[in-house]
Amino acid sequence: MSTASHEVNASARRGKAPAGERLADWADGRLGIYSLAKANMRKIFPDHWSFMLGEICLYSFVIIILTGVYLTLFFHPSMQEVVYNGPYVPLQGIRMSEAFASTMHISFEVRGGLLIRQIHHWAALVFVAAMLVHMMRVFFTGAFRKPREVNWVFGFLLLVLGMFTGFTGYSLPDDLLSGTGVRFMEGAILSVPIVGTYLQMFLFGGEFPGHDFVSRFYTIHILLLPGIMAALLVGHLILVFYHKHTQWAGPGRTNKNVVGMPLLPVYMAKAGGFFFLVFGVIAAVAAIATINPIWAFGPYRPDQVSTGAQPDWYMGFSEGLIRVMPGWEINFWGHTLQLGVFIPLVIFPLVLVTIAVWPFIEAWVTGDDREHHLLDRPRNRPVRTAFGAAWIAWYLILLVGGGNDLWATHFHLSINAITWTVRIGFFAIPVLTFVVTKRICLGLQHRDRDKVLHGRETGVIKRLPHGEFIEVHEPLPQDQLHTLTAHDQPKPLEFGPEVDENGVQRKLGRTSKLRAKLSRAVYGEGAQIPKPTAAEHAEITSGHGHH
Amino acid sequence: MKKLSARRRHPLAALVVLLFALAATGGLYAAFAPAEKAQADSAQSLATEEGKRLYSVGCASCHGTSGQGTHNGPSLVGVGAAAVDFQVGTGRMPAQQPGAQVPRKKAIYNQAQIDQLAAYIASLGPGPAIPSKQQYSPDGADIANGGQLFRTNCAQCHNSTGKGGALSEGKFAPTLEGVDPKHIYEAMLTGPQNMPNFPDSTMPAKDKKDIIAYLAQVDSSKAESPGGLELGGLGPVSEGLFAWVFGLGALITVAIWVAARTAKARKS
Repeated sequence: MSTASHEVNASARRGKAPAGERLADWADGRLGIYSLAKANMRKIFPDHWSFMLGEICLYSFVIIILTGVYLTLFFHPSMQEVVYNGPYVPLQGIRMSEAFASTMHISFEVRGGLLIRQIHHWAALVFVAAMLVHMMRVFFTGAFRKPREVNWVFGFLLLVLGMFTGFTGYSLPDDLLSGTGVRFMEGAILSVPIVGTYLQMFLFGGEFPGHDFVSRFYTIHILLLPGIMAALLVGHLILVFYHKHTQWAGPGRTNKNVVGMPLLPVYMAKAGGFFFLVFGVIAAVAAIATINPIWAFGPYRPDQVSTGAQPDWYMGFSEGLIRVMPGWEINFWGHTLQLGVFIPLVIFPLVLVTIAVWPFIEAWVTGDDREHHLLDRPRNRPVRTAFGAAWIAWYLILLVGGGNDLWATHFHLSINAITWTVRIGFFAIPVLTFVVTKRICLGLQHRDRDKVLHGRETGVIKRLPHGEFIEVHEPLPQDQLHTLTAHDQPKPLEFGPEVDENGVQRKLGRTSKLRAKLSRAVYGEGAQIPKPTAAEHAEITSGHGHH
Repeated sequence: MKKLSARRRHPLAALVVLLFALAATGGLYAAFAPAEKAQADSAQSLATEEGKRLYSVGCASCHGTSGQGTHNGPSLVGVGAAAVDFQVGTGRMPAQQPGAQVPRKKAIYNQAQIDQLAAYIASLGPGPAIPSKQQYSPDGADIANGGQLFRTNCAQCHNSTGKGGALSEGKFAPTLEGVDPKHIYEAMLTGPQNMPNFPDSTMPAKDKKDIIAYLAQVDSSKAESPGGLELGGLGPVSEGLFAWVFGLGALITVAIWVAARTAKARKS
């Protein structure tokens, strides 16, 4: 009794706790936010602009969801035929599907509809572009290495799903341009031997275009794919939290710590502000420039087609594949194998998978089983960097092929010449890029070595008493020396001598031999320039010579 | 009669017969031809004369001295005045150099000279005439029908709003922006260079007018672009380029700016 009255007195003396504190107490009792906050509020994020590329993806995804919800309020996913009576004169009285008519309605009659549509579409282009750049950042810095391989796969799946969400999205208005794209996809499905026809009938519910594809694409576009993407995205972010962020090498930054700013308040303020900047930039782009002007294309009719029919950029490389592929076909027993379409259909996923499997190939080849939290400078991993650059070149040459008609008209070239350039470039350019990039990386390593050992070129020319001119080199500060030599230089895998100590031939499998050979290609002589050792540095800076 | 037949082998007999024949045709013509027509014809023949002179200087080296064509240029017999008005009026002819396709350039003849050339070529054989203003003027035409026809017949080469496109081996379908309605009409009528022709038997005159009206609506300086910059009206390629350069480019710039402004960056 006495203690109770004492407590009452105490609380009366102090007054009630502030409302915010009481609310937080209430929430903690039910959600356990205190321990969550304690664990995560001081989560450290290192600062570098390239670590914000993923944020651009995240925020543009959020923008797409927000604007997409608005668009669903007015869009009718129906192939029902209607006659257009809206304000856009050149289409008045034209028959079109309800999907097209409702998109016209959004564009010309719904308040802010066109702006929201354009934000949605521009954000989608930026989203996939940012994902690709983000992925390349992760690739070239080696941020995909253990323990982050799973997250690399999550990110890759997000890219692929993003591409197909985009494709199903821009096909929804049922306009002449996207309808041509859907027709192209239908043709690609039909080219699959044996099951193609069945797949096509299943997807379209009958002959093309039928009455079902818009409503089916709608479900895929607004429910199925975004749902999977949201789940992957959450998983992606949880793993980023769990693994902690990677960082660049530097003084005080090791494989065992993270140097940067805490989540709250610094990082949260920056990230929150950055969201609004991303929204602002995309909204500005959407307010300035038209995207997908369906009124200019007109409604889809299978008997019409426009030149310059390309997909959105992220599907452009598939367009390139189909445009440069010779129209081969094989006829046997009354069946036609349409290789001109089927081969591109097979190469299409291969292009994407090529970059996706690299982390696993690299881990296998190098036998690297350690955890990595420090990023590689691209030059210090010449083979990986060269491979990535070759893949980008491959991708770009296919994009050129996809836009071959516009290259022809804008540069006054023959479209046939461009097509042949792409055909040859498809095989030659990646190899060339690989060789050149590797040489550049090795050259940069040479320069780093030179800078560490001999210092920075100051541009000051000194004349020595005996007449010789030299350039004064200034030793690098200690922190730069550390950064330039922080990377490790692994040795290639060795599987021991061919014969053991007793002279008996060891059984070495063919895969092991291949692995050793590849490993030598990645880490052997000629694949990296030995970084200067402390002894070398000490010798050179000890006063011998006048470097 | 005997006297006449006796002199039928006289050296001047043929000449006499010719004179009689000429006098008869001339007399008959003078008797039956309407007077005004004869005057109009003389104006026409004057234009034809002038046209022939211009032709001999500017065109004959490729198309032959009387329009019969050479290995450098096709025959112009039967192409009609509309073809001349189009080719010379848009500056395509006389051609600057051989190539995959002769591009549009500044016209070097004035309209009076073009009309004279057209009159001369028309005199070589029957062909489509230059359309009248009421044929090609977009007033009172059905724009929506024009759009439908354009997408069905023209868009596969010229793009759905007439921005042009590529053909094989360096040939191309030119942009239709800023092209005189008369020339669009004549192009449909005569099918210049790689273009198929659409005579009135396959595309009635009214449909041509509708197409011209559609183009005037969507592909002229008056055309509205409700969504902002058109980006050339070329579709996803230019949009993708824009998204990469100005969308992602701006965002990366902003990211660099944000990352540079860290709490640590302030060095006191």
